Amino acid sequence: MAAELHVELVAADRQVWSGEATLVVARTTSGDIGVMPGHQPLLGVLESGPVTIRTSDGGTVVAAVHGGFISFADNKLSLLAEIAELSDEIDVQRTERELERAKAEGDAAAERRADVRLRAAAAR
Amino acid sequence: MGAQLRVYKRRIRSVSATKKITKAMEMIAASRVVKAQRKVAASTPYATELTRAVTAVGTGSNTKHPLTTETENPTRAAVLLLTSDRGLAGAFNSNAIKTAEQLTERLERDGKQVDTYIVGRRGVAHYNFRERKIAESFTGFTDEPTYADAKKVAAPLIEAIEKDTADGGVDELHIVFTEFVSMMTQTALDARLLPLRLEEVAEEAHPKGEILPLYDFEPSAEDVLDALLPRYVESRIYNALLQSAASKHAATRRAMKSATDNAGELINTLSRLANAARQAEITQEISEIVGGASALADATAGSDR
Repeated sequence: MAAELHVELVAADRQVWSGEATLVVARTTSGDIGVMPGHQPLLGVLESGPVTIRTSDGGTVVAAVHGGFISFADNKLSLLAEIAELSDEIDVQRTERELERAKAEGDAAAERRADVRLRAAAAR
Repeated sequence: MGAQLRVYKRRIRSVSATKKITKAMEMIAASRVVKAQRKVAASTPYATELTRAVTAVGTGSNTKHPLTTETENPTRAAVLLLTSDRGLAGAFNSNAIKTAEQLTERLERDGKQVDTYIVGRRGVAHYNFRERKIAESFTGFTDEPTYADAKKVAAPLIEAIEKDTADGGVDELHIVFTEFVSMMTQTALDARLLPLRLEEVAEEAHPKGEILPLYDFEPSAEDVLDALLPRYVESRIYNALLQSAASKHAATRRAMKSATDNAGELINTLSRLANAARQAEITQEISEIVGGASALADATAGSDR
């Protein structure tokens, strides 16, 4: 059996996902980072972007994360985000509308958020 | 029906209507407490992980940050007071306000100027009525606060603490909220949020003295702390908002329960009085009839002779 790490993906008001995984890829302020079991203890600042979790049963979980932190120690990885959504929770049509509106209003932050959501939804 | 009896009947009717309303409010509050408690529980994982991360940076590096270093002569402090938008909650709001006033007095005795920030219409009304200055107030979400609300409250506070004291910034941040101990007990208490006492935070996160690993910071310890501390403050405020909401609903439930009980008692007393009045009326009628009959009998007896 391959080595596993325990992942907790928590948003400010709820626990979004938790389980065992073999690889987690997230975007920190200094670039994408992949964490596998046995990684050095790490604490980083996340950018808004998709997080990919390769679960131990071979599946993939994708979530859109907007700001937050990644911390890893003792084979336990926690992803803290103010807002986090799993890809299958994302309403694609609504997000597309949001993207259009953000583009029309020139709201760069909202545009980026909508873009991240869409990319996460496309990766499922 | 006699006048007195009619008055009693009317009062009984109005008290039973009140009782129905308070009973309904009690049940609504009871269901909201459960919901609010669930929200407190749902926000716990985030708070725990965040506390863990703050401790990790605070103890694992020698980073200095304005939010963790104490000023030598603090001259200004901010107090954030959490009250509710609506009343009918017994002593809930007055307890919180009293605690805030004691804290303000204590801070002023230490020679600090106090800026008051208030959440909830009740607290705002209390301060406005006494014409005290409020630095900033937030209303309209105390029953069901969301994380976005907590961010809205935290933003000006974090801004104030990051500013220099000379430019109108503050050195300390205190929070007054009502802790939800249990369904029956809620206590108003004050706590210092900033500057952070890292040792205390560490104690809270790891009571057993667990040793934290040496972290690799990405991009750097300073940057991580920079991003982490405001989030930590927000999450503490969010937690306090949720606890206050739960406490408020519990206090409402209790207040409404005693109102319902009192109404029941009042109805009992009033029905006894109404019964006595009815009985007195009947007794009077009987004695009138008997008196009339005997007078009549006396009159006929006289004419017979």
